[in-house]
Amino acid sequence: MSRHKLIKQLDLEEELDDYDGGALYDNDENQGISPEDQGTFIIAIVNGEYRLRQGTIRVRDVLGPGFEISDARIQESLWYYYYDVEKSVNYLLSEQTSSNTKPKQKGADLKLSAVDGKSDLNCRCHRRWVENDYDLDFGAFNDPDVPIIHSVTGSSYFKPDVMSTFFNDAPWCNIPPGRQGEILIEPLYPPGRLMGGSSFQGDAKVSKLAAIAAARRMKEDARSRSGTVTSSVALLDKLGNKMSLETPNELEMAPKAATVKPLNPVQADTSKTSRKYPVRERGVLNSNTPEDAIPPVESIISERKRDPETFSIPIALPSAFARTILGPSFERAPTSGQDGPPCDLVGSPYHFFFDVADAKMDAFAEPSPDDVVLKAQTSKGTKTTKSGTGDEIRAVTSALGDVAISEAPKYKSKNLDVLAEFKKTQIKPTANFVVIGHVDAGKSTLMGRLLYDLKVVNKRTLDKYRKEAESIGKSSFALAWVLDQGTDERKQGVTIDIGMNNFETDKTAFTILDAPGHRDFIPNMIAGASQADFAVLVIDASTGSFESGLKGQTKEHALLVRSIGVQRIIIAINKLDTLSWSRDRFDEIQQQVSAFLTAAGFQPKNLAFIPCSGLTGENIVDVSTNVKASWYTGPPLISLLESSEPFARALEKPLRLTIDDIFRGGVQNPLSISGRIDAGSVQIGDIVITVPSNETAITKAIEVNSEPSDWAVAGQNVILHLANIDPNYLKTGDVICSLAAPIKPLSIFTMKVLAFEHILPMAVEVHRGRLHAPGRISKLAAVLDKASGKPKEGGKKVRIVKPGSVARVVVEVDEPVPLELGGKVVLRAGGQTVGAGLLE
Amino acid sequence: MRLVKQAIERDGSGTMTLCPEEPEDMWFAYNLIRPTDTVRASAIRRVTTESSTGSTSSTRIHTTLTIRVTGLDFDPQSSQLHVSGRIAEETKYTKVGQYHTLDLELHRNFTLEKAEGWDSVAKGLVKEACDPVKSSEAWAIVMEEGMANLCVLTGSRTVLRQRIEGRVPRKRGGTAQGDHDKGLRKFYETILETLLRQIDLTESKPILLASPGYTASNFLKYVLETAINTGNKPLLAQKANFVVVHSSSGHLYALNEVLGQPAVLAKLKDTKFTKETKLMDDFMTLLRKDDGRAWYGPNEVEKAAEQGALGRGGGVLLISDALFRAQDVTVRRRWVKLVDKVRDVEGGEVRVLSSEHESGKKLAGLGGIAAILTFPLQDLDDDEEENDEETIEPNVNRNESGIGS
Repeated sequence: MSRHKLIKQLDLEEELDDYDGGALYDNDENQGISPEDQGTFIIAIVNGEYRLRQGTIRVRDVLGPGFEISDARIQESLWYYYYDVEKSVNYLLSEQTSSNTKPKQKGADLKLSAVDGKSDLNCRCHRRWVENDYDLDFGAFNDPDVPIIHSVTGSSYFKPDVMSTFFNDAPWCNIPPGRQGEILIEPLYPPGRLMGGSSFQGDAKVSKLAAIAAARRMKEDARSRSGTVTSSVALLDKLGNKMSLETPNELEMAPKAATVKPLNPVQADTSKTSRKYPVRERGVLNSNTPEDAIPPVESIISERKRDPETFSIPIALPSAFARTILGPSFERAPTSGQDGPPCDLVGSPYHFFFDVADAKMDAFAEPSPDDVVLKAQTSKGTKTTKSGTGDEIRAVTSALGDVAISEAPKYKSKNLDVLAEFKKTQIKPTANFVVIGHVDAGKSTLMGRLLYDLKVVNKRTLDKYRKEAESIGKSSFALAWVLDQGTDERKQGVTIDIGMNNFETDKTAFTILDAPGHRDFIPNMIAGASQADFAVLVIDASTGSFESGLKGQTKEHALLVRSIGVQRIIIAINKLDTLSWSRDRFDEIQQQVSAFLTAAGFQPKNLAFIPCSGLTGENIVDVSTNVKASWYTGPPLISLLESSEPFARALEKPLRLTIDDIFRGGVQNPLSISGRIDAGSVQIGDIVITVPSNETAITKAIEVNSEPSDWAVAGQNVILHLANIDPNYLKTGDVICSLAAPIKPLSIFTMKVLAFEHILPMAVEVHRGRLHAPGRISKLAAVLDKASGKPKEGGKKVRIVKPGSVARVVVEVDEPVPLELGGKVVLRAGGQTVGAGLLE
Repeated sequence: MRLVKQAIERDGSGTMTLCPEEPEDMWFAYNLIRPTDTVRASAIRRVTTESSTGSTSSTRIHTTLTIRVTGLDFDPQSSQLHVSGRIAEETKYTKVGQYHTLDLELHRNFTLEKAEGWDSVAKGLVKEACDPVKSSEAWAIVMEEGMANLCVLTGSRTVLRQRIEGRVPRKRGGTAQGDHDKGLRKFYETILETLLRQIDLTESKPILLASPGYTASNFLKYVLETAINTGNKPLLAQKANFVVVHSSSGHLYALNEVLGQPAVLAKLKDTKFTKETKLMDDFMTLLRKDDGRAWYGPNEVEKAAEQGALGRGGGVLLISDALFRAQDVTVRRRWVKLVDKVRDVEGGEVRVLSSEHESGKKLAGLGGIAAILTFPLQDLDDDEEENDEETIEPNVNRNESGIGS
């Protein structure tokens, strides 16, 4: 089918609407963007709505009450101007003025009068040009590989009036006039060519293939121009003179960027006509059609504006065969040697996107398969312009050959020095904390409240939960539902698995790990605790509950987190609202708990107590305003969380990542794993090995805090998208290791264990993070002296290890497990934690 | 097992002819037959004959052979017992000293003559095997999200039939929650398929579903839903046989705690393994108290028996049947002597626990032998250091390796 037909059927508005979503989608897939850019962009999207609203209000303020305009209109212009109020106002004003002169314009649209026809014609050139380009871009929209830059700049691109103010902020003064001409025209190239390892000349990493392609294109460029144009700069000068007769030259506008002034009516005309492009005449797509009586100069301009290849596309479309074989990417615009982003754009509001483009180019320093196709297409384009009758079969054959060549490395490593990168980036300190406590202490509710008060969860969502919770008669569980997302969890009102959520304060980025309190799900709690830096122990203060908790999971959890390696613990004494904020009760609990925790091995300075109520939200984010609670003068929970010190990470060691979950990350990532990096670092393209299955996999992409990243280091909770591995080789609890230093799985090991219960030679489950393997204690080697760590004298055979004592035991497991010396292991039997300790 | 003929002299020598009737009996036979015993049973042997012209022809002959046992091989999955040895009696087709491996078959008699004579343990085993009150079989699925163990419980064994692993993605909030539910459903589907492949729906046997949390009850819900949706009436008829019980994990050893629960006891008529489980629990409780009434390990228990602490009024000897399977005759005799002493002289209780049962496995971890004493004894483990090496090590079978020293 002809591409022209596509355009005819195109609903432009709909396409434009899609950009927003398209950008988001692409962004998710876009792994090449550096984290900072990525962060900014995501925030921009998230804040978009808010900023849009703010912008609308401000625009209305500037325009004054007399100005009649719809909100939608304002928002639209704000969107195009990237929330720049000044520019939007300018635009809207000009829009309004031009609409007054509209009738005159309509008449002039086709019958070009000698006087004002020039500007109109110019617009039409623009328009046709836009159409052409849109044609090219349209294919790209269907291509999931096309990154955001396409759609975003594309949307601004369709509005020539946008272009007129495009460079307002740019420091033109430093640029030699010759280059100014270039720059003015450059942005009109299809932005898609910035992508996919294009031959942007500034990039040092241009591959050989790309360089050859670029050289060939340059040559072709020169040839096609040589007939008509002697020097583009001279021409542009001419053009500039001509244009300046009717409109103030856009070039001249630029230096005055700092002081934005209202556009004059004539320029407004330009923008107005071009605004109407959706109702353009569809017949005049091809500029080569004879009835187009364009004066020679204009045609040169348009020709100059167009890339020769772009030009050639409508003439020689790829064959049906080529399209079938090579997919939609085949129809994308060819790369050009000159279409890199103007470096002076940095000051403009659009520079961000170009930054993204830069990052993207880094990510694909090698020519991508698309690129090779494009190169082939370019050469094909060359042929068709030369011979006139496209030698399509040969072109396709050569393209296919190229594709075959480029198949080799799919996920190219950038060979980053991850540690250097990590030091370079000034990321907020991150902290993961696990929320522990007896069942029904209100852990999930407390965290739900924290997230709600920090506006991580909006009111609408919570209202929805509230309504649903009420409908099943569990209205007090609404806050807990923020983290308890499971069907069973909601039905039963009990957390079953670890609930994860991220939030940020000014100082720190936190990850919540909401542990289940029920004793059946302690394996899950262990998994969560092993990902945590510090813990929040929630205690139900109400009469009886505290006491039963202290015997139950309050105790077990506290001992577990301590033996897993958590040093610092914040004790949130919850549900004090039901005891009318009784200070005596708080003191009593504080005394008992701190005595217990100190005995368990926590240092008193690492304990912090806080009275609070998760249900009513007192002392969580804000200090309680309740008079009864006024005796508490300390900081709220959030401040205590923030006061946690940064934690040392084992960055230098070889990679270790215990698999927490294996899932389908999406259409493009059929196999993803999540977990916390225990040690070392990983980057895209790394080959990793899974233990105990000993299979290799390629790290296709990395997500840190649900944002794509090129690398990740120890301490971060990450998602790795893997390739080249069968999912059956992976199991939760397995360890991902660096290829150079994999763990050797053990089937028998000696460990030093602190007994929580009586230890006999018996069947136990060995827990480490998500890993839990059945095994047995085969031998009690010795009871150790707690102080010296030496075996106790006496020479007796150890028959039984009493709770609280330290012993050396030999553990055998049924199947080899990925454990290392010094690994912290928990032993459980019959639903009880019998001990925890270190591998020796 | 059916006792066909018994001809045992006073001194313990003599033969017994037995007829195994069900797979479980093969397990008894495995425990009963020892190396150096003589077994006579029907056999198929390939016989090669050479004619006068020198050409050979081989034929398969059904015959009855008598062999002196050198080794036994038991396959727990298919309950098959292979007894290998050297032919002890010449027949038309074979000579003495040729090797042969007998495959004991169901409903085919075999005659056993004990070289060492029939001791009390062997006699007790035959008596137990021939007990007409059969222990009931039950199915059990111990599961948790992503892992299930399907096994058969018989009177003396727990046979793991199938281990099922499914990938269930964790909850991840939002729309990804669907993945978790979908994964879980797929996992249930796999378990049900496996179960239907393994069990005979026309029989009515209890099916225990054990799990931590809600996995087992959700699975049962899924099973009944599926039965209704697919119109699977035989499956629906099993509804009353399903018992949902709590276990602390999905690993097989968690079955131990399952068997002690009242809901299970009500379903299983057989009391042998529940009694054994209870005895093991009692022993553990006493051991925790550390009052000197509970001891484990070969030497300690023997000493306690010597001192008469395993007598009437609560003395219990717990011994794993694995000890009687020792290759060395003297070792076997040592344990038989201990059993005889406790039972006949002291008047204590003796429990032979199956090493293929969960409680027996627990005992195996303690060295295969343990005792609850009638009165506290201290320091039974004194001056054991030098003795340990020489006396215990030879006795150690695979189950207690690593304990002795």
